[in-house]
Amino acid sequence: MYRYNPTDQQLVDDRVAQFRDQMNRFLGGRLSEDEFRPLRLQNGLYVQRHAPMLRVAIPYGTLASAQLRKLADIARRYDRGYGHFTTRCNIQFNWVRLEEVPDILAELATVQMHAIQTSGNCIRNITTDPFAGVAADELFDPRPYCEIVRQWSTLAPEFLFLPRKFKIAISGGAEDRAAVRFHDIGARARMAADGRLGFEIHVGGGLGRTPMVGRLLKDFLPREELLNYFEAILRVYNRHGRRDNKYKARIKILVKDLTLEGFAREVEDEWAWSRGGPATLGDETFRSMEAFFARHDTAPAPADGTYDPAQDPAFSRWVARNVSPHRAAGQAIVTLSLKKTGVPPGDATAEQMDGIAALAERYSAGEIRVSHEQNLVLPHVARGDLPALWQGARALGLATPNIGLLTDLVCCPGGDFCSLANARSIPVADAIQQRFDDLDYLFDLGPLELNLSGCVNACGHHHIGHIGILGVDKNNEEWYQVTVGGREGERGALGRVIGPAFAAEQIPDVIQRLLEAYLAARHEGEPFIDAVERIGLEPFKARVYGGVA
Amino acid sequence: MSRLICRGELIEDRWRWVDADEAPAPAAGEGLILPLARWCAQRPGLDAARTGVWLGPDDDVAPLLPWLATLPLIAIRFPVFTDGRGYSLARLLRGRHGYAGELRAVGDVLRDQLYFLQRCGFDSFALRADQPPEEALAAFHDYSWAPLSAR
Repeated sequence: MYRYNPTDQQLVDDRVAQFRDQMNRFLGGRLSEDEFRPLRLQNGLYVQRHAPMLRVAIPYGTLASAQLRKLADIARRYDRGYGHFTTRCNIQFNWVRLEEVPDILAELATVQMHAIQTSGNCIRNITTDPFAGVAADELFDPRPYCEIVRQWSTLAPEFLFLPRKFKIAISGGAEDRAAVRFHDIGARARMAADGRLGFEIHVGGGLGRTPMVGRLLKDFLPREELLNYFEAILRVYNRHGRRDNKYKARIKILVKDLTLEGFAREVEDEWAWSRGGPATLGDETFRSMEAFFARHDTAPAPADGTYDPAQDPAFSRWVARNVSPHRAAGQAIVTLSLKKTGVPPGDATAEQMDGIAALAERYSAGEIRVSHEQNLVLPHVARGDLPALWQGARALGLATPNIGLLTDLVCCPGGDFCSLANARSIPVADAIQQRFDDLDYLFDLGPLELNLSGCVNACGHHHIGHIGILGVDKNNEEWYQVTVGGREGERGALGRVIGPAFAAEQIPDVIQRLLEAYLAARHEGEPFIDAVERIGLEPFKARVYGGVA
Repeated sequence: MSRLICRGELIEDRWRWVDADEAPAPAAGEGLILPLARWCAQRPGLDAARTGVWLGPDDDVAPLLPWLATLPLIAIRFPVFTDGRGYSLARLLRGRHGYAGELRAVGDVLRDQLYFLQRCGFDSFALRADQPPEEALAAFHDYSWAPLSAR
């Protein structure tokens, strides 16, 4: 993992002092609400429905045990004993007190954490593959590049007042587990024919109000040029992106208005000047950054005969769903499910966070990852330790064997917390989990991604769910629109609306009918999303509306 | 334009700002900062050493490029502090085009943005009238670190 040097530490310490002063001036009436708003947002502080909310950055989703313990400590002392892990791999505290936020930020700084740029019209937290550095299919580890981009984008003075927020994802696997084509900039690891390393660059993707799949801007960018090229993109966007209408202010609209070719010409012109210039990255930078992310392949080999997936059906189910192949033989990647029925998706209590920190120390080199599906990942587990880890996870209520299944649903905080939401997403998620709680049925259904957002801002990424649910407001009533056919990854696509929206209590039945349509049509071993692509939406619409109307 | 911070010090301003629809004559010892269109139109007859130019956030720097070596002052206007285009204009002028004269931030210029404006190459700041100058001077020391992108 990356460790702060004195410069990094100075930055976050200075930031705490600066924000404390700003907060004092605001509370003392010397800083207006309008002037304070962008400052607090760039420190992660929202004013929400019931209380202020603080969003803490987890850079590229990586946490050390000590950091997770600090988050647990903050949840206990400053919140109501829990936190919510988000689809941007950050954590939110929903019940903080405004005047205590500088103290919380000071606590975070003691473990090399902060809340800088987790909101506001600036470059947000960089995200990546939760399996980065350990995935079996990886071309190269994206984390050193994430860290380079994190340092560059943190308080990047030119880009603190962009037309709108700006999200960057970088992934290194053959399979894209970071949804790079749904970001303002998405970079995928590539190797040139001569062995040089670089990235394929996509631009203008995103979900939200106007969902778009990113466009391919450059098929190979040499890694040395990463910052020069990103800066060129950001400068073109900062100068020319629309500022007259916040719904048309994302870079995707600029790319559309200029056309991809026109946008690319502007970027090339800007890059032609900076190319090879002072911000060009050298081998020394790559080497020193890579050293922080050295492999943990030295974990103990299986010591005894305890590792046998067949010994216990419950254990073997968990291994089937929650354990993924690691690049090193004898090791595994374990996903701890934050999707237990009855618990809001992505929530973890302070006790669970402490427990996970201890499990990570014992079994995963003290490292935890946050996935954009709102689960936690232990990336360095010796296969021989799986039974013991499973027991530990079970005791914490984190061993639900549902990763990648219907009940591993992704969900925003919704109208219970968020002031933007039109609808309450958590009770709907709960109703779905209650209805489909039978593990045999879930395993038979196979891989299925269900995403739920409480409003068009799409924090639940409903557009890329195989089944997506969007809360909408009609005459002050909550309704839920259903989409089918979205997917992330290589064959990324946006889901399509199947028809008129439903009331909350109808949603479990609607899901039931969609599943019946799938089960009736599927070929042997064919996952839900592949069946949708093969047979189209009609059979699903017929099953849902034929039965309801 | 009485409160002016130039290169870290509070000074008396010796430049007079000229809006698009004004036509004042300079007082003794005073220079004029003209809007870009007028500067372009009148440039051949101007006293180069005593004439600066101001840009709005959507102005293009191209007409200035041949004259950057002799321009004593370029001002960039921030209509609201959340309009970040001026930061990129500053970086373009300083970095790509090598402008070395005075670069002034004007308009909705607040204490809490000074550090970042400075990092983009501004070296003088005509603060909004209500900004306390002592706090503003302290703002240049908000951080003891220097951002990667402006090194």
